[in-house]
Parts: sequence; C-alpha cells; structure tokens
Amino acid sequence: MSTPAPKYREKAQVLDDAALDRALTRIAHEILEKNGGAAELAFVGLRTRGVTLAQRLAAKIAQIDGAALPVGTLDITLYRDDLGLRGTPVIRGTDIPFSIKAKTVVLVDDVLFTGRTIRAALDAIIDLGRPKAIQLAILIDRGHRELPIRPDYIGKNLPTSRRESVAVRLREHDGEDRVVIEEPEEA
Amino acid sequence: MGWTRKDLLTMRELDAGEIVLLVDTAASLQEIATREIKKVPALRGKTVVNLFYEPSTRTRTSFEIAGKWLSADVVNFSASGSSTAKGESFVDTAKNIAAMSPDVVVVRHSSAGAAELLARELSCSIVNAGDGAHEHPTQALLDLLTIRERKGHFDGLHVTIVGDITNSRVARSNIHGMKKLGMTVTVAGPPTLIPPFVQELGVKVSHRLEDAIRDVDVIMMLRLQHERMQNGLIPSLREYSRYWGLTLDKLAKHARPDVLIMHPGPVNRGIELSPEVADGPYSVILDQVAKGVAVRMGVLLLLAGGKGGDAT
Repeated sequence: MSTPAPKYREKAQVLDDAALDRALTRIAHEILEKNGGAAELAFVGLRTRGVTLAQRLAAKIAQIDGAALPVGTLDITLYRDDLGLRGTPVIRGTDIPFSIKAKTVVLVDDVLFTGRTIRAALDAIIDLGRPKAIQLAILIDRGHRELPIRPDYIGKNLPTSRRESVAVRLREHDGEDRVVIEEPEEA
Repeated sequence: MGWTRKDLLTMRELDAGEIVLLVDTAASLQEIATREIKKVPALRGKTVVNLFYEPSTRTRTSFEIAGKWLSADVVNFSASGSSTAKGESFVDTAKNIAAMSPDVVVVRHSSAGAAELLARELSCSIVNAGDGAHEHPTQALLDLLTIRERKGHFDGLHVTIVGDITNSRVARSNIHGMKKLGMTVTVAGPPTLIPPFVQELGVKVSHRLEDAIRDVDVIMMLRLQHERMQNGLIPSLREYSRYWGLTLDKLAKHARPDVLIMHPGPVNRGIELSPEVADGPYSVILDQVAKGVAVRMGVLLLLAGGKGGDAT
C-alpha cells in the first residue's frame, strides 16, 4: 500500500455485454453436462466479482434445469501467501450458509492469473469441510500460471503480457458488463 | 483506511475510523467460530505472548483462543511462580521475553500506563489487556461490536454505565470509544464511586438508577468490587444492591422494552444484577464473551498480519 498503484489505460475490449452473457450461458451448460445434472452442486464465488458471476451462473442453471443451487461467498485474505506484504489486511468475511460436505463445489472467479488466489481458496474451502470435488470456473484465463492449477470451465482464454491488467466490469459493481485489457499509462 | 499503529494501548488515542476498522474486522472474523475446523493460517509463524500480572480467566483465554484460531503460537506468562517472585522488575522481565522475538505481547498489569511503558521499551507490538483503572480497549471494542450487531448502528444511541466508575478501566475505554462514535453516555452510581470532573469526558452523571435507565438503548452494569466496601465507599453490599442492583422489576418499570443489558464479567449475581436479569431476555452477557474472541483475532491480525513475513 506504500507505493501508489500505476495508472492504467484501456488497450482493447475483450468481451462486450452480449459476449460475456454467452460465455456464462455456455459455462452453465458445461457445468450441467460435466456433472450429469445439478444434483449436489454448489457455487462458491471469490470476493468480489467471483460472487456476482457465481450468482449469475446459478440463475442460468435455474433457468435451464430448474434447480436452485446455493451460492456462497469466500474471502481468502486469511489464506493469502503474501498476507504480510500487502499492508493492512482487509477482512470482508466468508459466508457459506450451507454444508459443502459431499457436494461438488464449483469455485468461481473472474480472472485466473498466477493461480495463487485459487491455491488459497482451495485451502480455505477444505478447512470448511470435505467436499466430494472442487471444480474451477473462470471468466478470463490470462495465463502466466505459477502453480499447477487448471480451470474446468473457461469463459475466454486471453493471452496477455505480465505488465498488462485485465479488468472485468460487471453491472452490479461497475454499471456495465464488459471485459477490457489495460496497460500502464507511462509505458 | 488502513491500520498504521504498532500497538493498541487505549481507546482514547484512536479515531472513529480506526475504531470502526477494528469492529468491522472483528465482525468479519466471527464466522470462524461457527466452523467445524476453527483455524485459519493467517498468523502462521507469529508468536503471541500473554504477559499477565493480574488474575484473569476470560481475557487471557480469549486472547489465547484468538491467537490459536489464527494459527499463531501463543505462550502464557503469569507473574505468579515466575521471575517476578524472585525480584525481577517488570521492564526486565518484558525485555527478557522480547529477546525471544515475539511478534505481539499482550499485557495486563495493575498499574495504569504499564502497557504504554512496554510499548516504548519494546519493538514488538503491545496490546493493552487492562492497565490498572486506566483502559481496557479490547473490552470496549467487543462491547461496541455487540451493540452494533444488536442495534445496527452507533450514532445517536444512549448508553448508561452503572457502578464503580472511578475504578473501572472498562468504563473509561467505553466512554472514549462511544463518544467518538457519536453516542450519548450517562454514568450512574453512588457519588463515592463517580470520579470528580467526569463530565469533562463529555458524559452525563446520574445518582439515581431509576432515572439513569429510563429511555436508554443500553445499560452496562459494572462489577462491584468487594474491597470498595472495606474502603468505606459504600455502607453495605445489601444497601448497594437495593439501590444500584438491576432487577426485572426496575427494568419493567423504568427501562425500554428493547434495552440491552451488558456486563463485562465476572458477574456478582444478586449484587449488581439479579440472576433473572443476568439470564434474562435483555441480557447479552455471553454474546459479549463470544465476541471477545473475534475482537482479539481482529486486533492480533491488524497488528501482526500486516507486516513482515515472506510470500511463499
């Protein structure tokens, strides 16, 4: 928190609202196909935009299959491997109001990058109980993995350079549905 | 807004934003108590030393559980049976403990200012777990968390604190915190137990329980310490409990139906609180104890979680 974050400018649009919606519809169908239906499925979204995406996926599955799947919220701050390097930890809380025991948990996040967040999320989920399986749904996979982690469902594969940033903007938080690549301004 | 302090010593030195950050952090951590596996790795590899020079069950256990749930190593040091008995001074003992490189030292001492003295002498983080009649900030924070959860907000609430105000670090810390959050505070008790000039802290004073509990949102009863009677400050326990003990009858006659009854513990049943009130529907006393763990987790996390350590 001591060094000011560099300013980013938009470089290119990756998904517009229609494309983002189509990607989520496809992922919802893939989840049902891979698991042979919606039985014993549960969503856990990573704060903040992963939760919103998880809620949208649950709504799509409700439309397709009629099943009302539970959606939980996971805050992985307490599990980060860089907790001491990021200044004051901001804890916003985990809220998973259902048992994950014997469930297939679909973990949802907006962008997959190094894989460290997902590593922390796997530890956090397993501390809450023993799920039957954990699957990973990601809207944007931007590569550069530092850990052996691979998503089960991908909205879009997006080759990026490390200095770029991917911004997922969602109506509920940002007033629009759009995904863009950004690059540092001074570059 | 971030946390920048090395130590948590008093409520008096905190601003409203820091108090709300501590309460918010604790509120988010409460969920850990409901888990089957009550442990998160946030403070793995950190060491917390509980340095207690006064008897305490609740506070010491609460800090110990909080540290352990966050995966810190917690060591208890109690003054009895230790080097203190052999004549070592407080600062020397603390420096010896500091030489073993703890990240946080939680200190309780009968002298006001003990925690501040350690904070100046030692480079690790110091948490004041009660220093004489001065302050007990984590107790005030858990009281604030309990109040906010029950009432939904702080601003405009009216709290009455009843009992031995002069000797109460709980009262002092709560008054500082509550005033900063826009609450109205009344202190009530026999004149011998109310410090002179207490109005300068911005509180109202009442010498009649029936008036003091009327139309308030929260009644905080303090423990009456028996030694006050020996000092001649009150004539008898019976008289104190008759005039200052809270009973269902007094509550029904004078207090609001949605009033919260709080007590920092340990309760003298039948003296400041009748058993029916302590166990009754208005009472949130055990909820306060549960929230104590969350508050202490929040404090340890903000002091020790934001610095040092390597990414793995």
